Amino acid sequence: MTSSYSHAPGFIAGDRPKIVTSRFEYADSYTIERFVATGGYEGLRAALSRPAQTVHDDVKSATVLGRGGAGFPAGIKWGLTPQGVWPRYLVVNGDESEPGTYKDRLLMERDPHQLIEGCLIACYAAGLSQCFLYIRGEMAVAQERVAEALNEAYAAGYVGKNILGSDFSVDIVLHWGAGAYVVGEETALIESLEGNRGMPRLKPPFFPAANGLYGQPTIVNNVETLANLPWLMTNGVDAYTSIGTKTSPGTRMVAVSGHVVRPGVYEIVNGTTTFRDLLYGEEFCGGIRNNNALKAFVPGGGSAPWFTADQLDLPFEGSQVGAAGSMLGSGAIMVMDETTDIPAAALTLTRFYAHESCGKCTPCREGGTWLERILSRVVDGKGTETDLAQLIEVGESICPGDFPHASNEALGLSAVPFPYKMTTICFVGPSAYVPVHSALTLFRSEFEARIIKRTMIKVTAVGVSS
Amino acid sequence: MSRLTDAHVALAKEIIGRYPRPKSALVLLLHLAQEQDGYITRDAMVHIAELVGVTSAEVYGTATFYEMFKFEPVGKYVVNICGTMSCALMGSEELMHHAEQRLGIKAGGTTPDGMFTLEHAECQAACTEAPCLQVNYRYRYRLTPADLDALIDDLLANRLTHEIPPHGTVAKVRQHIPSHHGVGVVAPESVTEPPVWLNGKAAL
Repeated sequence: MTSSYSHAPGFIAGDRPKIVTSRFEYADSYTIERFVATGGYEGLRAALSRPAQTVHDDVKSATVLGRGGAGFPAGIKWGLTPQGVWPRYLVVNGDESEPGTYKDRLLMERDPHQLIEGCLIACYAAGLSQCFLYIRGEMAVAQERVAEALNEAYAAGYVGKNILGSDFSVDIVLHWGAGAYVVGEETALIESLEGNRGMPRLKPPFFPAANGLYGQPTIVNNVETLANLPWLMTNGVDAYTSIGTKTSPGTRMVAVSGHVVRPGVYEIVNGTTTFRDLLYGEEFCGGIRNNNALKAFVPGGGSAPWFTADQLDLPFEGSQVGAAGSMLGSGAIMVMDETTDIPAAALTLTRFYAHESCGKCTPCREGGTWLERILSRVVDGKGTETDLAQLIEVGESICPGDFPHASNEALGLSAVPFPYKMTTICFVGPSAYVPVHSALTLFRSEFEARIIKRTMIKVTAVGVSS
Repeated sequence: MSRLTDAHVALAKEIIGRYPRPKSALVLLLHLAQEQDGYITRDAMVHIAELVGVTSAEVYGTATFYEMFKFEPVGKYVVNICGTMSCALMGSEELMHHAEQRLGIKAGGTTPDGMFTLEHAECQAACTEAPCLQVNYRYRYRLTPADLDALIDDLLANRLTHEIPPHGTVAKVRQHIPSHHGVGVVAPESVTEPPVWLNGKAAL
């Protein structure tokens, strides 16, 4: 099979190491037969043949970073549970909905057994008694593929009681949402799973590992993070860390969308591949469409501050992108060429976050809507000079203080990373301001060009004598 | 205005049985009600409240948070056109405009024959395949206005019924945990010991 494209829309294979997309080339990649024939459930077998603590240690020493957005090391997250509190749960975050992001859905649709195997390894290693696999409500096919795979896996003895004849037993329960972006925030996900409105919980505790589902220690991991575990268990820590860099080992799935020749999802080597490689490389996107000039790109999902051609040579590596004032987030790059109407493009993102605000925190509920309305007015050519100042004022009431910026030794500036200060519980509010701030900072003239100019008329005298 | 059928009550009980707390099943039971009636009726919410052991106000409170739940009849096919950044960059506004013209309704409206409801949707996780849309949560990628016309023709001629169920059904496959394979649910308060496999020895 040479072309994987026809039956896996979005995914573009290449001659690179594959950790999570190795089966995407098969049309029947989602079946248990194909999975087992290609080394499936061998990672689980390898894990169960060792004490659970050593499996946990492996995940720690391999530095498997979370692939959901924050990039927190999974092995460390598993260790944040309080001593002696049982039972503990695993909640899988398959609520992929960050603008630009398209990878978890592929992993669930194309290789659901790999995800199930990852869940089992995590439950074994961290002593988690039940797993809830939460898939975004709108993803009908992903839900069907995972349901089918779970039914197959139960029947074959890979999930449930006494797995593979061992004393390891765990249920995986398929759950799905009903349309709410904010539920991707882990405490909102837990609220939703408890049958409530999906609003984020007040922090602290900062991690549900301390207090999560039903008040019990709960590990929330992203789909792609868990999908890494079978390969890690089968091939070992050394093989895993030999790919990528020391701080960002392994691979990442990156979706590149917008104005490129070959938009697609690529599994890339973490840490070394640059944005230029991705956008212009022949094995990746093949350049900007129609040989147009690049205007700007969003490097890590809709919440990430924007970059321009100046940052193309940065590698896809969390700490360096952070030092440059943005984040890798959920592995989503959105590319804008020279034809892009920047204020209108920013509005599509601000509208998204304003619409998805759950309404719990006032700065996000009110501020997001204000940002959308004012920006909308500016885009329609009905804005005024004061509107631009107002956008910044409203934005600063959601995330006050320095906005993320690159470190600059000459100016004595140290990088302000994302997250920065915020007056809300979660990142939905600040995210509504990110596109406004980026667009206004980088392309202010485009905003100024469309606001109504009010010229001062000099009144000399009301009347003149004789 | 209908309560859940006996078959759906049996399914509902099976679903509730997978969670340590019954209320966790709420969203899935609301999906079940919507699958039955095409939208969520008051009677269904009252019935679900009885099954889960919460008040009907709590059911309503949860249901109204989520965008997929409808509280009045919608079209047989709900067409969600994505308008977030990647799709907007690739021409989704033109697509929406074309859909409004073709169907003779504005976004948010339903055609008089009850066949189509048109909605402006937010990011659908198919950004590399922009512009995209979903019909009853089944994807269509990289659409031109002509593709959209062909899709509407196919739906009107019932040529896609094998792939796209009427509004209300999301996944056509259900999870089923056979009782002899399942671990079963244990109330969190009754567990005080770590799981048996955390004994420092290999499980296999």
